[in-house]
Amino acid sequence: MDIGPYSGILKYIGKSIIKIISLLIAVSILSFILVSASPVDPVRAYIGEVGMANMSAENLARLEAYFGINTPPIERYWNWFTDFIQGDMGSSLLYRQPVSSVIQVKFMNSMVLMMTAWLFSGLLGFILGIVAGLYRGRWIDKAIKGYSLLIASMPTFWLALVLVMIFSVWLQILPIGLSVPIGVNAAEVSIFDSIKHLILPALTLSVIGIANITLHTREKMIDIMGEDYILFAKARGKSRFSIIRNHALRNIMLPAITLQFASISEIFGGSVLVEQVFSYPGLGKAAVSAGLGGDAPLLLGIAVISAALVFGGNLIANLLYGIIDPRIRRGSAYE
Amino acid sequence: MSCMNHKHILQIKNLSVSFTQYEKGLRKIDLKVIRNLNVSVGEGELVAVVGASGSGKSLLAHAILGILPRNCDAEGNIWFEDELLSPKRIEELRGGKIVLVPQSVTYLDPLEKVGRQVRKEQDEESVRTKQEELFDFYKLPQNTADLYPFELSGGMARRVLLTTAMMESPRLIIADEPTPGLHLEAAKKAMSHFREFADKGNGVLLITHDIELALEVADRIAVFYAGTTVEEAPVADFQSVDTLRHPYTKALWRALPQNGFHPFPGKQPYAKDMPNGCPFGPRCPQLTPECEGNIQEQLIRFGRVRCIHAK
Repeated sequence: MDIGPYSGILKYIGKSIIKIISLLIAVSILSFILVSASPVDPVRAYIGEVGMANMSAENLARLEAYFGINTPPIERYWNWFTDFIQGDMGSSLLYRQPVSSVIQVKFMNSMVLMMTAWLFSGLLGFILGIVAGLYRGRWIDKAIKGYSLLIASMPTFWLALVLVMIFSVWLQILPIGLSVPIGVNAAEVSIFDSIKHLILPALTLSVIGIANITLHTREKMIDIMGEDYILFAKARGKSRFSIIRNHALRNIMLPAITLQFASISEIFGGSVLVEQVFSYPGLGKAAVSAGLGGDAPLLLGIAVISAALVFGGNLIANLLYGIIDPRIRRGSAYE
Repeated sequence: MSCMNHKHILQIKNLSVSFTQYEKGLRKIDLKVIRNLNVSVGEGELVAVVGASGSGKSLLAHAILGILPRNCDAEGNIWFEDELLSPKRIEELRGGKIVLVPQSVTYLDPLEKVGRQVRKEQDEESVRTKQEELFDFYKLPQNTADLYPFELSGGMARRVLLTTAMMESPRLIIADEPTPGLHLEAAKKAMSHFREFADKGNGVLLITHDIELALEVADRIAVFYAGTTVEEAPVADFQSVDTLRHPYTKALWRALPQNGFHPFPGKQPYAKDMPNGCPFGPRCPQLTPECEGNIQEQLIRFGRVRCIHAK
């Protein structure tokens, strides 16, 4: 079937949608098995040790029924699944709200944080990586490489704690955590306040992300500068500037796109730790509390959404490849 | 010298190229892959440097153009039109008076259209016209300019690489294995362009492993063995084994299909375990103790040879 010049790309997107649906089902089943196998007793986690001791057997039984302790796992999964596809994604046991609305709020918080970190680390990492790769072996390369290796071997939460110590405790110019000031009416929170609370978590997340992207971009740049076509461009008397502009940058775009979109998953993973340290009420923190509190519907919801996000990122990368790389655009790679 | 009546376009004397490598641990060693190489190209001449694959011939091309890898060093003297070249002068000349015709399509940027690459990203009308003329001359359809390198056939790619060389007005073409995978007829056709170019009074240095091809088109042949030229002879000397000078050249000659197809045992020494004196010594039937000394190049019957037994 041929429906014009876009038939290849449409077919590719169609295939991807089928893939993503089966992937998400698999992710939800796997997460469900993990939650079910978790040693955390949701009732105990919910009301605490003291609560357990003081509660009547009758109330305890009601709570156990609420958390679905005695329902067989397959039935529980089926219940969740039907709730999920009906639109509100089931209801969160901890927040007592539909999972979709919990995720929506948390997602918006995290989104700003992650987007900032993603763009910042992507852009800076790209530039630093290119500079280091081009000036391989010189002092600037050594400085960038050294810095990146140092950062890459630094645990995220530790860096977060150091930044809190410097900027919040000693200098006292940035808040210690949360996304809004304490004791202020929600309506009175200005955008300035929000940005102020965003800086430290976003900075931590970016700094960690930069190292990875820089080191990978540097390696790719070195590979490209050793390619035959760069050698030939030199042999044809092209200036270094012209070689970089016309050949090196063009060719580094492809791996850079892969890297940038693959880093979504890393930023996501990093945000769980960062949000925890800064008590930033985002998706990562919600995932942690859902896990510890045995809130299966919320945890599954978050798992599915984040898997979709990562898959979506890779899909976009592949589509961009098709636009940038003539071998894919004019060849038949979508078939 | 065989080209007394010509003016030299290219003259290379005592060229050595060495790699710096790190062995186990951090022991630094210098690996000499080309040593004391001499070769020259006169006006109107097509000179072939013939040697086995993987013997470092490409480095010769890269050394002349000053595009050796960073861990690689070249020593020796190169003259271009009687001017001794400095690295800076080489940089000015390459791509202009001295051009390279590389061996395969991987030397073209895979993400840039062919026409733009041939024009070196210039868009002036005059450059465009020149490119179109050259495409016509090499029988490339005009729409080739809008293709990407991966869309070219093998033969087209080779002609595109030729046009890149002809965009400037070169005096010397260095062709590095320009005919890999082509059978003799097709290779000869590709070579005819080089022949024509040389016949207009320019120079071509053809670097190849294909001695049969070299015999077809070249004026002189320099035989490359283990990093050096063991013999430089006019092509006519290859009519008979008796007019050849070096035992390796003779062995090559006997290995040709039309001369009996006699294989020659042994292989070229690796740059790391080079024998003393003559590099061909261990395989040579005429080996004597004197061969382990310093072997000077001598001039015999308008050809140069690096063998003390040569007559």
